[in-house]
Amino acid sequence: MSSWIPLWLHKLGSPPTFYRFAGAVRPWAMGLALLAGAIGLYGGLVLAPADYQQGDAYRIIFIHVPSAWMSMFVYAVMGVSGFMALVWRMKLAEVVAMESAPIGAAFTFITLVTGSLWGKPMWGTWWTWDARLTSELVLLFLYLGVIGLYHAFEDRRQGARAASFLAIIGVINVPIVHYSVVWWNTLHQGSTVNVFGHSKMAGDMLWPLLVMTLATKAYYVASLCRRARTDLLALEGGKDWVRRIAEAEVPR
Amino acid sequence: MSALQHFLAMGGYAAYVWPAYAVFFVVLIADSAAPQLRRRRILRELHGRLARQAARARRAPPSSATPTP
Amino acid sequence: MSGAPLPRACAAMLRRDLLLAWRRRGDLAMPVLYAVIVVVLFPFALGPDLALLQRIAGGVVLVTVLLAMLLALDAMFASDIEDGSLEQLVLAPQPLALMLGMKILAHWLATALPLIVIAPLLAGMLHLPAAAMPALLLALLLATPLLSLLGAVLVALTAGTRRSGMLLALMLLPLCVPVVIFAAGAVAAAQEGLPWFAPVAWLGAALILCVVLAPLACAAALRIALDS
Repeated sequence: MSSWIPLWLHKLGSPPTFYRFAGAVRPWAMGLALLAGAIGLYGGLVLAPADYQQGDAYRIIFIHVPSAWMSMFVYAVMGVSGFMALVWRMKLAEVVAMESAPIGAAFTFITLVTGSLWGKPMWGTWWTWDARLTSELVLLFLYLGVIGLYHAFEDRRQGARAASFLAIIGVINVPIVHYSVVWWNTLHQGSTVNVFGHSKMAGDMLWPLLVMTLATKAYYVASLCRRARTDLLALEGGKDWVRRIAEAEVPR
Repeated sequence: MSALQHFLAMGGYAAYVWPAYAVFFVVLIADSAAPQLRRRRILRELHGRLARQAARARRAPPSSATPTP
Repeated sequence: MSGAPLPRACAAMLRRDLLLAWRRRGDLAMPVLYAVIVVVLFPFALGPDLALLQRIAGGVVLVTVLLAMLLALDAMFASDIEDGSLEQLVLAPQPLALMLGMKILAHWLATALPLIVIAPLLAGMLHLPAAAMPALLLALLLATPLLSLLGAVLVALTAGTRRSGMLLALMLLPLCVPVVIFAAGAVAAAQEGLPWFAPVAWLGAALILCVVLAPLACAAALRIALDS
């Protein structure tokens, strides 16, 4: 492989090394997620004042917005690692891409549900076909498609490459969908309300939001570490290093 | 109203705020638990496979046994 | 044979697929029948109110044609995978993307063209005003090849898996959304008497892009799916 890759990154591409690395990282990432989550939620639910327009209902924002950002962040990670999986056939890239998909789908689902629960008291409707919500729904379908396609193959590595291809198509598609729905909304004059048009946020409300963003990112890393470790055990089942782990751990 | 009741009531929007937070936690806890369950299943199957291989190796004459990958 | 001259190979591919489709002409009628049934059911479901049917006519015909094409999409490579001729095609000296382009064209001719021919009838049943008819036909003429091209990439990805139609529909939906939006937008605008060139231009541009890129993506997808 090319010499611009540092040795530690190269070593990380080896399954047993990554297994150990992820095992070490995970507790720290989870600890950070829980700590930041506790601080962020305390700041958002208890410390921050009620919004003068939306009362206490706006507090859903502290889980809705970080989840929305994560749904897109994870998709980007999935796209990049999928690209690496396709072009360089890196086993680890395949694992990262495929195991990110369920986490991303989870965040997308949370975004849609919490958005709906926020929309009902605020704008009187559980759902509206504005660009952001519709794009988020399409994003959920993309995640489900990637997960479904991955599991449709007998050969996991082949499935990972096919699903990565689909993910990359999706990366191109999501902005297209977003733009077309914006255009479509201007055509059908009905719902031109920009539902999430909050302007500037008070500092009291901003910092819990940012802390929650950090918490969800750390959670993603933790969850990915655990999922990747489990997936490596499944993929490398016949290898010695996995056998040693299986012998060391007594199954419950 | 006590401070706790005031907090739980969420200014009258409790029916929306608390289910939203519940969904957040339930989904992420499920996401955390799933790989753990899968890992246990994988290790269980691996143990079974190793036990079967060991039993087969004991039964077969050791000189003719080729190392299984 | 190091490879027949390209135009001849393309023509041969096209002829082969059209001939195969013609031999199974019963199957060709299925999407058309499906579309007719669905469109006929709408007035029964919604009532014969002329104004309501007029409003939904363009959208219903468009979505129905899309769904009919989705049903037929699975068959694009199915028989060729089964008898191994698709793998032969991958190994052939002709550029795979071009050969796949011909297959997609044949599939579109066999599947979408009959649908476009009966589209005025379907729209008429829902009382679409005559003024909107040219817009509908042009929109279908641009949207259906887009669906064939995009669908082909997805069908190639699932080649040789234990497929379910559900998975294909799930994968296709996000790609369809912009196509349906612009196609239906053109028809709606024409119905209101507003200028409808812009959405049609977008569809045209997308079609040109997909005609160039989709066969290449399809070839890449096929190589991933068949390589084991």
